[in-house]
Amino acid sequence: MFGVVKQKMLRLSLTQIRPAVSALRSYSSAAKQMTVREALNSALDEEMSADPKVFLMGEEVGEYQGAYKISKGLLEKYGPERVLDTPITEAGFAGIGVGAAYYGLKPVVEFMTFNFSMQAIDHIINSAAKSNYMSAGQMSVPIVFRGPNGAAAGVGAQHSQCYASWYASCPGLKVLMPYSSEDARGLLKAAIRDPDPVVFLENELLYGESFPVSDEFLDSSFCLPIGKAKIERVGKDVTITAFSKMVGHALKAAEILEKDGIDAEVINLRSIRPLDRSTISASIRKTNRLITVEEGFPQHGVGAEICASVVEESFAYLDAPVERIAGADVPMPYAANLERMAVPQVEDIVRAAKRACYRSEPLAAVA
Amino acid sequence: MATAFSAPKLAAQPFSTISPSSQDRPLKIPFLGSTRKLRCLGSSRLNLSRRPSGPVVAVSDVVKAKKPTQNPSLLITKDEGLELYEDMVLGRAFEDMCAQMYYRGKMFGFVHLYNGQEAVSTGFIKLLKQQDSVVSTYRDHVHALSKGVPSRAVMSELFGKSTGCCRGQGGSMHMFSSEHNLIGGFAFIGEGIPVATGAAFSSKYRREVLKEANCDHVTLAFFGDGTCNNGQFYECLNMAALWKLPIVFVVENNLWAIGMSHLRATSDPQIYKKGPAFGMPGVHVDGMDVLKVREVAKEAIGRARRGEGPTLVECETYRFRGHSLADPDELRDPAEKAHYAARDPITALKKYLIENNLAGEAELKAIDKKIDELLEDAVEFAEESPLPPRSQLLENVFADPKGFGIGPDGRYRCEDPKFTEGTAHV
Repeated sequence: MFGVVKQKMLRLSLTQIRPAVSALRSYSSAAKQMTVREALNSALDEEMSADPKVFLMGEEVGEYQGAYKISKGLLEKYGPERVLDTPITEAGFAGIGVGAAYYGLKPVVEFMTFNFSMQAIDHIINSAAKSNYMSAGQMSVPIVFRGPNGAAAGVGAQHSQCYASWYASCPGLKVLMPYSSEDARGLLKAAIRDPDPVVFLENELLYGESFPVSDEFLDSSFCLPIGKAKIERVGKDVTITAFSKMVGHALKAAEILEKDGIDAEVINLRSIRPLDRSTISASIRKTNRLITVEEGFPQHGVGAEICASVVEESFAYLDAPVERIAGADVPMPYAANLERMAVPQVEDIVRAAKRACYRSEPLAAVA
Repeated sequence: MATAFSAPKLAAQPFSTISPSSQDRPLKIPFLGSTRKLRCLGSSRLNLSRRPSGPVVAVSDVVKAKKPTQNPSLLITKDEGLELYEDMVLGRAFEDMCAQMYYRGKMFGFVHLYNGQEAVSTGFIKLLKQQDSVVSTYRDHVHALSKGVPSRAVMSELFGKSTGCCRGQGGSMHMFSSEHNLIGGFAFIGEGIPVATGAAFSSKYRREVLKEANCDHVTLAFFGDGTCNNGQFYECLNMAALWKLPIVFVVENNLWAIGMSHLRATSDPQIYKKGPAFGMPGVHVDGMDVLKVREVAKEAIGRARRGEGPTLVECETYRFRGHSLADPDELRDPAEKAHYAARDPITALKKYLIENNLAGEAELKAIDKKIDELLEDAVEFAEESPLPPRSQLLENVFADPKGFGIGPDGRYRCEDPKFTEGTAHV
């Protein structure tokens, strides 16, 4: 009797498990889906198996399977010599990564969030980014600093800053910010293979999101070029540049704008340094209007750089002032409604696009 | 008696107790500027496993110690002695020449001179192989010279010429040489320590993961007393001991951090005691005596090479000049300066060589002359070298020529003729 009950329970539990499994991957004939988390995990896995010099170092990457489970399964597969759990010493282990990179190893240094990278920023800038220049090419630093960046949900001011503009202002670094799983996998593979220091800024809220992926994507040699943006949606009325999570917002805004007759072109920057100025310029020359969207603080941000770049290269083609959408100029508040106000939302992008196209509403007052 | 260097056999127990020993004795001349006498605890705890007992043999007149029971007194052969002498004289003469050139306007910016500390550099670096690494601070000219970087290359670099070891792009504080494994030259205090720990890590990784047998490269990290209050120092002591990395942390304690006396800045000025707190031996040695430094260095480097882990060596030394050539050096007591000037490492070695009949006056004078000529040549070479061309400004930012990364075939994307400008759709 107990055997029968057990069998019944087994069958029940199996039926409960199955839907969860199929949520991860729908093996429909149309397209495979993969979450950003899986994409990053597979990229790390394949690069580590292809090259024994690649190793992963960070807090909780090993036994904890990664603070955000990005490095799940890697410790079991590669052992503790290649997946190193470090003590809480960002400056120390970032520097150790740089020293190892000087000698040809390829460390992937994980910061639990990029806010903690400020404790190690001396090594990212001074001993990684500048070394190839200071040594006149003798010491190249094939290191990747990766981790989640930008605002998450309700984590407060010290865990929510976006570091894109800080790192992108420094020559000698490459700064990559993926949006979709394809971006994540392709850019991380490119970053690990790259002979220069790469700051790879992910986004925590995107980790769980699924995106359709192609077969080419699943090949282990797949990697994306650095310094090339992707046009996610072709349009002709206004250009919206965005990166990381804001690409999703921009695409939604473009759908809303379409109903109002505005055909928006959405550019996913992918690479903040080197910035794909030629793509942005070509797009401006087509649409004549630009909106830059970013999550970080407005002053000296990525949008400011894009605006200046466009003015320098394509001023005559602009029909409206460049609109900059950025996070609020305040440390991130905690309250949920304030946090929503502090981060760009889809409505903000829509309003800005309409302003750029009609100039019918005055610009919002700046605090 | 539990000794500093037999630590590994005791499974990394920390050495919190200082074993009472009849060999503890205070320095005859008290440490000027201190209210307490500095005791030679470290060096008396250094009990070399192959010698039955007794501290390192003293060379200078200040501390008389028991001679070891084996072959009396001679720690070095004639060739070694001359090598050490030549290296120290090269360091001293080079730094003096730097000062001259600076005041003549050929050198500019920050120049930090190493006069007086040569014993530490020579004592340690001359024991290394080519593949071992040295990481230094901004006071790195002499470390570069001891490691084998030609004086012509260093002098040109200081003049900012394209024939310098870093093509003029680094400068006084950023000497790099991949051929000689000198990995900096770091201007930030404490920045070199994690990088050195990483270099040591790569040596261990190569041996254990990449299975390159016999990869036993050792790394030396040189830094000062001021750095020992910096967080990165402690982070690296922890990780080096935790992962047993082949590194020696060499503290060049010259008692002053610009104008800040070590005693005013540090709660416990005896830096070597911080080693055992992390589970590694901490050794104090008289850094004005090259032979003592060399003995300690042999043990520490040997330990690292055998895979027994890191060591912290505190060398008590002194810089005869100011912090940099822009430093008026008004805060240091002239009596203190005179005390250390009397213990000039070069004079001490010279005396040792002559008294032990390892070399004659004439030979040593010949070496002096040779070094002078070498430096004259280096200065001339640097003077005549060209300044870097305009096109060099934007070079070497990335190793990757255009910054587009590496493609699936393993080659740079920009080399692929089909890689066009414009958006890349995947």
